[in-house]
Amino acid sequence: MRMHSVLRTSTKLLMPPIMLFGLYVQFHGDYGPGGGFQAGVIFAVAFILFALIFGPDRARAVAPSWVTTPLCAAGVLLYAGVGLVTMALGGEYLNYNVLAADPHDGQHLGILLVELGVGLTVWAVMVSIFLAFVERGRVETTAPDPESGDAPRD
Amino acid sequence: MEQAIDIVLMAFMAVTAIVMIRLRNLYAVVMLSGIFSLLSASMFVVLDAVDVAFTEAAVGAGISTVLMLGTLALTFREERPRRRRDLTPLAVVLVTGAALIYGTLDMPHFGDPNAPIHHHVAPRYIEDSPVEVGPPNMVTSVLASYRGYDTLGETTVIFTAGVAVMVLLSGVWRRRRRVAPLDPDAGRVSADGEGRPAHTETDP
Repeated sequence: MRMHSVLRTSTKLLMPPIMLFGLYVQFHGDYGPGGGFQAGVIFAVAFILFALIFGPDRARAVAPSWVTTPLCAAGVLLYAGVGLVTMALGGEYLNYNVLAADPHDGQHLGILLVELGVGLTVWAVMVSIFLAFVERGRVETTAPDPESGDAPRD
Repeated sequence: MEQAIDIVLMAFMAVTAIVMIRLRNLYAVVMLSGIFSLLSASMFVVLDAVDVAFTEAAVGAGISTVLMLGTLALTFREERPRRRRDLTPLAVVLVTGAALIYGTLDMPHFGDPNAPIHHHVAPRYIEDSPVEVGPPNMVTSVLASYRGYDTLGETTVIFTAGVAVMVLLSGVWRRRRRVAPLDPDAGRVSADGEGRPAHTETDP
């Protein structure tokens, strides 16, 4: 892809608006269509586009596996943790009313945190799955294990 | 007018599905499945379900198309021609389709205001969610607050799927696969990495 300057330039131009739109969808889900799931997917699309054009190595430099793999679980834990906090504050599991003095503020905060958890998990899982596909293809095709003697046939 | 749009979209979807069945080039099939998702997303917009349309466009037309292309890069671009014509799948599909159509005969008509689904919890969501929860987008209220348990379950499903794919595609199994004797019919990844099928014919 080193020669495709149009693709490279347009990717660089497109990535910031895509990520900004992902954040907009994430935090504007209360008021318009969207939410954590769609936002996570859109945010992941920016990374996948980057990986397609600039290669998985540079994508892994931006989203290394020690970031994406724990974040897969962190989103679910954040979601479940909000439920535990509401229980500790005396409400039912995932009853956001008790999170703030005013039930409306509590609901708002709870929905924000829960959607953030969904977005984190979806983003991390999508990026991980895509990079797992790409990296497996590279290992199998370009770097055969010399010990196994199973060089690629032609 | 809306009916005309519905008919046109349905016709496009039917044509896309039929072409997908008939094509052997999997690259084109993946592209057509993305188009199919985009058409169904337009269908959801016509039905005023913008949140669902948004998800369908982002996931169905976007991510899954890219993931399918990633799969094609690891496997083959052409579907192998079938050796013989098997009528069992056709029979299964016909029986299932007939059962589903028979099932819909009892259902209330599309858009019927007296349908049970419009009298169960939907009025509560519409009338009380601005007071009880607050956000102007009721879909968010329902998904994140009223049905918070379901969304937690869905997020867990995504997490589990991600973990499963990472386990399957990571290096844990690779060494064992290489040692195992290769089935001559099994597909091998091509050496050029372009997704072209490797030659699988065994030499005479």
